[in-house]
Amino acid sequence: MTETPSLEVSGLAFAYPDGHQALFGVDLSVAKGERVAVLGPNGAGKTTLVLHLNGILAGGVGEVRVAGLGVGKDTMREVRRRVGIVFQDPDDQLFMPSVRDDVAFGPANLGLSGDALDTRVMAALEQVGMAEFADRPPHHLSFGQRRRVAVATVLAMEPEILVLDEPSSNLDPASRRELAEILVELDVTTLMVTHDLPYALELCPRAVILSEGVIVADGPTREILCDDALMRAHRLELPFGFDPSAAGRVR
Amino acid sequence: MVAGHSHVGVHGHSVVHRLPAQVKIVALVAFVFTVVLTPREEFWAFFVYAALLAVVVAIAGLPPRLVLRRMVVEVPFLVFALLLPFVSQGPQVEFLGLTVSESGLLAAWNLLAKGTLGVVAAIILAATTPSRDLLVGLQRLHLPRLLVEIATFMVRYLEVVGAEMHRMRIARESRGFHASNLGHLRVVAQSAGALFIRSYERGERVHLAMLSRGYTGSLPMMDARSATASAWATAAVLPFAALITATAAWIAS
Repeated sequence: MTETPSLEVSGLAFAYPDGHQALFGVDLSVAKGERVAVLGPNGAGKTTLVLHLNGILAGGVGEVRVAGLGVGKDTMREVRRRVGIVFQDPDDQLFMPSVRDDVAFGPANLGLSGDALDTRVMAALEQVGMAEFADRPPHHLSFGQRRRVAVATVLAMEPEILVLDEPSSNLDPASRRELAEILVELDVTTLMVTHDLPYALELCPRAVILSEGVIVADGPTREILCDDALMRAHRLELPFGFDPSAAGRVR
Repeated sequence: MVAGHSHVGVHGHSVVHRLPAQVKIVALVAFVFTVVLTPREEFWAFFVYAALLAVVVAIAGLPPRLVLRRMVVEVPFLVFALLLPFVSQGPQVEFLGLTVSESGLLAAWNLLAKGTLGVVAAIILAATTPSRDLLVGLQRLHLPRLLVEIATFMVRYLEVVGAEMHRMRIARESRGFHASNLGHLRVVAQSAGALFIRSYERGERVHLAMLSRGYTGSLPMMDARSATASAWATAAVLPFAALITATAAWIAS
């Protein structure tokens, strides 16, 4: 327990300017190399939490530390390098005219250029199996391919922690499986926000439930999914016919 | 309309395709200025220009029908040009059996000839240059960064917004809506408003995603090859030939 956790959220509370309070004191610690699922119904505050992790939202109570570094105005640049967020709609994330330019955007903001930048870009695209699409415009790719490129855009920044917002949404089963295969291979701490419970079980050994702005459960994913009363209390439902106690072993 | 935007470029490997974009942009602007400065009474000069463009189209291997089809964008200007001979003042002349204003006729010719030549030159540029290269070219020519960035986003999101518009239209029509009279304009206007708000919100999400990757106010330079002297020389052939023609026309007039 000597190593600094990749992510440490303590007592985080936040209300939007219109008065709507989304977080009521969130505590969460993620160790280096862990893959953790954040489960919760719509409106639980998942997206608000995500936007706090790299300082897009701030100003409430509590603290976020990324590998020991507190999120604040003067640490913003480093925090945004350390926290790589993959947003839900790849069309929001990919805004440059070619895949290569888009993956280069983050590292270029960090000051990389020339060969070092090229190497970083191609390495990130290799990791998601999209290297051969480097010179294509994003709108000529399939949705699954765009999602993979979106993952590459943050991998190129060599983040301490990868944050995925609903990574499986809108993917067909094959793209969903391909993305899972890529994600398990990555050697990076991962926080996955989702309500795709089988996907959470497949990818994340540990899960937490965020409900009404607080963490109400934290434990091995399979145990959480098997706890009927807990699941029902927080509007989490497994797909028809899915039995978490029998589903394939957690990878 | 969505499909129309995605394939403005015509794939090819001609020398016109291979020239760096910044070189082609400069050549286009120089050509257009030369054409515009040519005295309008020297009719022959404009046919020489047209022949020059025809040669470039042939070298680039562009299908002539495609060029003609894209010239349709010019139609509104042509309508305006055709009105000029009838509404202008001054001495009247007989033309194709009609009595029209002489100065108006010349003005119409001026607009028609110079406009058409400019449009065809622009079509050649657009068809032989991928949109990303055009942006890089503008960036290398030191067009203000902000303008290049706005154009970059336009290129990227034109299709996203276009597709959204298309889906909204399908959703309207699936519920039995057909715009057949002016009263229906209200529904179309509401859709346009909804589209605007959706695009605005997308803009906010894109901005968030950019901030998350360390955006600090300017896009990094995109990778680009620099133009060789021989590329500049090759591209200069067109405006140079045009300049010789224009000089001859000035001397003749």
